Amino acid sequence: MRKGPQTNTLLITYFIHHLRVLLGSLGRLTRQPLSTLMTMAVIAIALTLPAGLYLALNNISGLSAGWDSSTKISLFLHTEADEKQARTLLGRLQLHNEIEQVSLISKDQGLEQFKQLSGFGDALEFLESNPLPIVLVIQPIIDPNRPDRIDQLLHELESEKLVELAQLDMQWVKRLYALLEIAHRVIWAIGGLLGLAVLLIVGNTIRLDIQNRRAEIEVSKLIGASNAFIRRPFLYTGFWYGLSGGLLAWLLTTLSLYMLAAPVEKLALLYHSDFQLSGLDSGDTINLIMISCGLGLLGSWLAVGRHLDEIEPS
Amino acid sequence: MIHFDNVSKRYPGGFEALSQVSFRLPRGKIGYLTGHSGAGKSTLLKLIALIERPSRGQIILDGANLSHISNRHVPYVRRNIGIIFQNHHLLYDRTVFDNVAMPLVIQGYRHREIQSRTRAALDQVGLLSKAKSDPITLSGGEQQRVGIARAIVHKPALLLADEPTGNLDPELSLEIMELFARFNQVGTSVLIASHDLDLIQQLGARALSLKQGRVFDDEISPRDDDAGAA
Repeated sequence: MRKGPQTNTLLITYFIHHLRVLLGSLGRLTRQPLSTLMTMAVIAIALTLPAGLYLALNNISGLSAGWDSSTKISLFLHTEADEKQARTLLGRLQLHNEIEQVSLISKDQGLEQFKQLSGFGDALEFLESNPLPIVLVIQPIIDPNRPDRIDQLLHELESEKLVELAQLDMQWVKRLYALLEIAHRVIWAIGGLLGLAVLLIVGNTIRLDIQNRRAEIEVSKLIGASNAFIRRPFLYTGFWYGLSGGLLAWLLTTLSLYMLAAPVEKLALLYHSDFQLSGLDSGDTINLIMISCGLGLLGSWLAVGRHLDEIEPS
Repeated sequence: MIHFDNVSKRYPGGFEALSQVSFRLPRGKIGYLTGHSGAGKSTLLKLIALIERPSRGQIILDGANLSHISNRHVPYVRRNIGIIFQNHHLLYDRTVFDNVAMPLVIQGYRHREIQSRTRAALDQVGLLSKAKSDPITLSGGEQQRVGIARAIVHKPALLLADEPTGNLDPELSLEIMELFARFNQVGTSVLIASHDLDLIQQLGARALSLKQGRVFDDEISPRDDDAGAA
């Protein structure tokens, strides 16, 4: 029987064929601009929601990183330590390169604060002597990349002779991080569900496309088209849906961010913060678009796998 | 080229479209397949093109046993066959040229070769001037010729035609049949199913007659004393 074209030109021809199918499927999409735009928009909206939540979470995390400056270590000294010893220790600690600032709360100041805050003011009058220790409040320098350093500092301070107890006042930061962790998972769940939605949208669109091109598929099968050949334009169509939907999602996310930037800045100013909203960086953008393209391809792959075999010439 | 050995085809539901059909069409020969509608002509062609599989018996096509061809390899068998349908099966969303070029595109021919071969095929059926037309604007006879051009553009070893003259008037029918005879003269094996006995007699051609799924009269298989090989 006769052979096809020569093998050495096959690779180039194959590549050109792919390129042609890629552009051909794009051309087909642009010939039905309305339905293409609608599919694109649905995909984009489904992707914008998790992308937006992700950004919000990122910004909150960034914001809380700034709040680390309010993390404080309280050093409770032995009750017998006098103020002079305490001042010497303070002087020494101020030279420590991991400590930003040290302040001293004397026994009297401590009692005064306690009276005000605890509501036991009158009862404390009956105490013979002041039972409170001198407290040194330390503001450590926190390296966000090395959160373990703070624990080491804590141990170091605890080993000081004068120190009875070193307490890291970080409870609320830990709670915030725990909350952020939950929010993270929620976003993953929402993102997963919406990703599934994108799969279904693309799959359904491709299914309709396959039905509309039934005659073409039948004829192609009759004249010897392999399944891969028939599958290809649909896969590329899915790819285009994914790519365009991803780009649109990026645009929507960036636009929403732009709209929020001014009011957020105003709010930050009221809190005397120089906080600024951060957008999707290049890595995030590439991830968004790759995920979108991947979902488009996978959705069309599933649809094609399910529905192409049903069409056989008869 | 084609060798049927005791082939039967029973459809789900019990209807037996072909029973114990045996015949041979030697390479490079032209054969006609006749019989009333329902006699099994279309089924026989579908078995050769692997659109259907036989229930029993063996079909050898160009030396290959079709029962050994997996579904994955069906497309590659079909690439050596040109199939012509009564209802043309043309695609109306593209030009005549693009319709005819389809088999070459599928088989990965280069652009230049697609151009020249498609033009040559259109020329052979006398429709080169209509290359850029939409198939829907052509007459029935012209559409049938576009279908023929598509079937021969990749120079298959075998042409199958199912009622190619079904909707045409006698004059056009004869024209189409003469076209097939011309392809046969350059070495292509041809099998044409037609219920038009008058036309076949007019051509003085050899025919395999089917009646209710059985071979009624076989003029195309070589006799034992013939030298032709399948």
